[in-house]
Amino acid sequence: MAMDASEIERMIRAGIPGADVRIEDLRGDGDHYAAIVTAGAFVGKSRVMQHRMVQDALQGKLGTDLHALQIHTRTPDNTDKGTIQ
Amino acid sequence: MTAPVFDRIKKDLAENDVVLYMKGTPVFPQCGFSAAVVQILSILQVPFKGVDILPDAELRQGIKDFTNWPTIPQLYVKGEFVGGCDIVREMYESNELQAMLKEKGITFRDQSAA
Repeated sequence: MAMDASEIERMIRAGIPGADVRIEDLRGDGDHYAAIVTAGAFVGKSRVMQHRMVQDALQGKLGTDLHALQIHTRTPDNTDKGTIQ
Repeated sequence: MTAPVFDRIKKDLAENDVVLYMKGTPVFPQCGFSAAVVQILSILQVPFKGVDILPDAELRQGIKDFTNWPTIPQLYVKGEFVGGCDIVREMYESNELQAMLKEKGITFRDQSAA
């Protein structure tokens, strides 16, 4: 049921052209990921709308194949907030 | 489409200012993401209704369809969808959550004023 990090990255890039996508395998188990997505397409959109764009890019994988994906969305002028704990 | 489960959700949201649809209960969360949102609400001392979706298959799917959001937890304030765990956490850390609660007239412990 798990997904490969490169596949997550590929799907997000395909769904949000021009997005910078960084995937972190949080536990090194191939099942708990964080995706840090920076895209100009996020400018002017609410957090919920930004997350929906990432969810749409993943075409239904989230909540099914992908249980544990943290999503962090950034706009290009705001990348310094892109750290995760 | 108006499924009966939507009516139950609307009723919950109408009767409670802050509602968290979650896995497990506020006392015993069954998922780290749900636990994280409970923790934030607890720190802020926001009164909320926690709804455990695990024992109720209809609600578990229904809440995802209701807001077109594929994951649990889901936080609602005054009937409005705020976000899932990542959004709530980011909003809390940037004080946006506190500002939104204040704007909507929800009582909470405002640490910035302490």
